[in-house]
Amino acid sequence: MADAALDALYQEVILDHNRRPRNFHAIEGATCTAEGKNPNCGDQLTVWLLLEGDKVADISFQGVGCAISKASASLMTQAVKGKTRAEVSELFEKVRRVLTGEETAPAKLKELGQLRALSGVSKFPMRVKCASLAWHAMKSAMDGAA
Amino acid sequence: MSDKRAPAHGSAKASAHALAPRSDFPLLAADPRLVYLDSAATSQKPQRVLDAITAYYTHGNANPHRGAYALSATATQMYHDARARIARFLGVADVDTLLFTRGTTESLNLLATAWGQSNVRAGDNIVVTRLEHHANFVPWQQLARAKGAEFRIVELDAAGAVDLALFAKAVDARTKVVAFGHVSNALGTVNPVAELVRIARAAGKALVVCDGAQAVPHLRVGIDALGVDAYAFSGHKMGGPMGLGGVVVRREILEAMPPYQFGGDMIEWVNDQDTTWNVLPHKYEAGTPNVEGAVGLAAACDYLDTLGMDRVRAHEVALTAEAMRALAAIPGVTLHGTARAEDRSGVVSFSVADVHPHDVATALDSEGVCVRAGHHCAQPLMRGLGVQSTVRASFWVYSTTEDVARLAAAVGAVRERFAVA
Repeated sequence: MADAALDALYQEVILDHNRRPRNFHAIEGATCTAEGKNPNCGDQLTVWLLLEGDKVADISFQGVGCAISKASASLMTQAVKGKTRAEVSELFEKVRRVLTGEETAPAKLKELGQLRALSGVSKFPMRVKCASLAWHAMKSAMDGAA
Repeated sequence: MSDKRAPAHGSAKASAHALAPRSDFPLLAADPRLVYLDSAATSQKPQRVLDAITAYYTHGNANPHRGAYALSATATQMYHDARARIARFLGVADVDTLLFTRGTTESLNLLATAWGQSNVRAGDNIVVTRLEHHANFVPWQQLARAKGAEFRIVELDAAGAVDLALFAKAVDARTKVVAFGHVSNALGTVNPVAELVRIARAAGKALVVCDGAQAVPHLRVGIDALGVDAYAFSGHKMGGPMGLGGVVVRREILEAMPPYQFGGDMIEWVNDQDTTWNVLPHKYEAGTPNVEGAVGLAAACDYLDTLGMDRVRAHEVALTAEAMRALAAIPGVTLHGTARAEDRSGVVSFSVADVHPHDVATALDSEGVCVRAGHHCAQPLMRGLGVQSTVRASFWVYSTTEDVARLAAAVGAVRERFAVA
């Protein structure tokens, strides 16, 4: 049982994004940026956002982290690109509910597309912080850019 | 997938028998599959300690030093007996120079506050090493900042031990505090305390402070013989309950130093405008004491003396050597710290190539193997090693070679899971 949970945590999508993180670079002339730090392990990452009007024209990240935090950041950049601020806020809340295990309905998970690979995290309360690190950094960057 | 969880019985030798039987530890006895390799963070507790705490609350509980009734006298006696027992275990003759605190962290803060605030001035310097736990680093760093003193960090040699030549260079006549750990929590390095004391004394008149949190559970530590001015430790890493540790300080320093906290028990006489202080150790123990903690820790000392600290040490060196050998044989595993197991105290810190320590720890946990992953409250050391964090396995009296074999098997499986395609 423990192994099944572990397989769900480290599913292929997660391992792939850990090995080859997408949008893993800085953005020249970014509208806003924010750093996320996990004091438990010393991990840190930076998120860059390029906003055009109400839309996320581009988003990227860089940093040091575990497979969960890196894959979550990588998946986040893909999911957020092109969305409006309101859509991003809505997505943030959906992901938060999935990570903490508040949302487990298969239909709801399916709506998340690739991001549903993060649902395995909910069985590992010690790792929720890792998975949400980039999301909180992204949100504080966006909130900082009024 | 039970095959993955099968321990490598084949490599277990006769010494697989722990020094202490698992049945002595209720938490371990309740979960036979659990491989607990985080004893440097906190030890599991022997039944004997739990029994002593229950006996105190069943037969002796009252507020010591206060009531004019027999039960309070019993509580007072139990508290005093516990202090004497713990002092004997630590090799301390002057029992009243053993102050109880919440643990090593509070002990070091006590020194940095009570001694540091009244003795360190602008232009002085404070010397620590790159190996320190944050508890023996940040209080001194902040003291130095507040006083305008220089904060000097002694770097390590190539083997990961304190560089004695650099240490000798760092200490001078303006050094007010020299603070170093007896044993590194992150790497297990056993420091040459006698040599460090000799160098510090030759250079000047600094207060010599030793953080013994990772030494007392594993080595026979005779504090009086070490020649330091202050020695801090925690009870919960040596079988005692959480929330009680202490610091042993030379009597003349304690008599001259101002109190750390004010309140009940620590006063002699309170006038409207001033107050005089109680005798040692009470001057430094304001408020209702942690009798439960002291009684429990005294029982832990009994337990460790029954096992014999020399045997504890030999057992841990053997396990450390075995773990270093088994882990080094796994492709992609890098060991951190000194190469010889004899120079360590039951700690093996390592990294797995391309796999973050947190992912290693989560994967090991699913195999029932508990290890610590992170910076081990030693971020300056991690910077020195050039890593963000490491995985740490640490042993104590109940650890076995079978535990080591399960650790190595689980680490091997981690490599497979995260293999770069």
